[in-house]
Amino acid sequence: MRILTSSVGRKILMSITGQLLIIFVLIHLIGNSTIFFGPNGINAYAEHLHSLPPLVWGFRLFMLAAVAVHICYGVMLTLENKAANPGAYAVKKNLKKSFASENMIWTGLLLATFIVYHLIQFTIKGTPDIVIGLDSLNRPDVFKMVVTSFGNALISLVYLAAMVMLFLHLSHGIPSFLQTMGWNNEKTIPVFATGGKVISTILMLAYISIPAVILAGLLKL
Amino acid sequence: MNLTLHVWRQSGPKEPGKLEQYEAKNVSPDQSFLEMLDEVNEHLIKEGKDPIVFDHDCREGICGMCSQVINGVPHGGQERTTVCQLHMRRFNDGDTIYIEPWRALAFPILKDLIVDRDALEKIMQAGGYTSCHTGGVADGNALLVPKPDADYAMDAAECIGCGACVAACPNGSAMLYTSAKVAQLAALPQGKAEAAERVCAMTDAMQAAGFGNCSNHYECQAACPKGINVKFIARLNREYQKALFK
Repeated sequence: MRILTSSVGRKILMSITGQLLIIFVLIHLIGNSTIFFGPNGINAYAEHLHSLPPLVWGFRLFMLAAVAVHICYGVMLTLENKAANPGAYAVKKNLKKSFASENMIWTGLLLATFIVYHLIQFTIKGTPDIVIGLDSLNRPDVFKMVVTSFGNALISLVYLAAMVMLFLHLSHGIPSFLQTMGWNNEKTIPVFATGGKVISTILMLAYISIPAVILAGLLKL
Repeated sequence: MNLTLHVWRQSGPKEPGKLEQYEAKNVSPDQSFLEMLDEVNEHLIKEGKDPIVFDHDCREGICGMCSQVINGVPHGGQERTTVCQLHMRRFNDGDTIYIEPWRALAFPILKDLIVDRDALEKIMQAGGYTSCHTGGVADGNALLVPKPDADYAMDAAECIGCGACVAACPNGSAMLYTSAKVAQLAALPQGKAEAAERVCAMTDAMQAAGFGNCSNHYECQAACPKGINVKFIARLNREYQKALFK
């Protein structure tokens, strides 16, 4: 299995798992946006989702595997790359690399930390801010839980910081996964570089819109 | 013009090195960078000091021997220019110039500004060729190559193997070099037959030689004196995936 050990093979695995995670980011955003339809929107969505345990658990395990592969190879490749470059230039001027491309490992690890916190908060419902209850139709009141938590400015701020990390990670990650898959040529390279920044900006703003709307008092209990 | 140079001096592969300061006086703007160093060396020799050791050969920008990181950029940062073709008119009187060797795990420093680039040869030996029977010369047009393919292969073949891509890469990766060789041969009918074996062997050799992995910073293309495009890295990635299913 040369794909598991070779330089290019492991990058292809990083690319494929990265693409799966981007698809998750999109699906999660669509699901989250049901909150704009009020309690009936997100509570109905959550109830419907959890009425299909094999699907939910199958999806969760699949995503866990994708995250694990992405993190393991990400750390491994970064350590190898650090070792391959002794980095001892007295003067080094970079012509092309960006803050985002340079800090993929850090934005990635911070995102992973956020995901753990986010799961403890809204999936396991283990953080002190969580309000667990049922709505008028006896469904778990996800709307109330989210609105109460994001009503706390500090929690919203942590969320905002994580979405900035997501933006940085994807603004390099999107053009990078296309290049690693080989879906690139001279004409598309600049298009994908700009496209990556545009898409990651849209994703960041769309995710931030939820706590923003709650803090602005437009979505309330 | 007068310049202050900070040059990396290292007496041997295992010795510690350091930057030393030299004054280059009365430098002509029409001199090449290497001619400026030649003159500094003449003064050093007259003073009974060890001259600065650096690699050079053709001095017309095609051999890929001159390998110096000048003010933080391999080959000095003038677009599509090797050190030997870099002229002193690019600098101003009173400038301070830092001159360092290529730095990468795969390129051990031999002395001063000279590094051992044998690792690039190891990649070439692993697959940078096409196997063919020797014998009589084949007819000129027996093997037709479409013009766009020939142009594409020539663009890749512009690589002079200087190693600036490795020196510029934050990961010390030789992907641009390797991809130029892989793409050049994969684009031509003579090279297609062994394309799958080649891409695997050459990338394995790259890894074994201690080069890092590409993470698409594209510093390599910006530093390349021949303007080799990172589209060839995408081509290598495609060739590699084709090889996985072979």
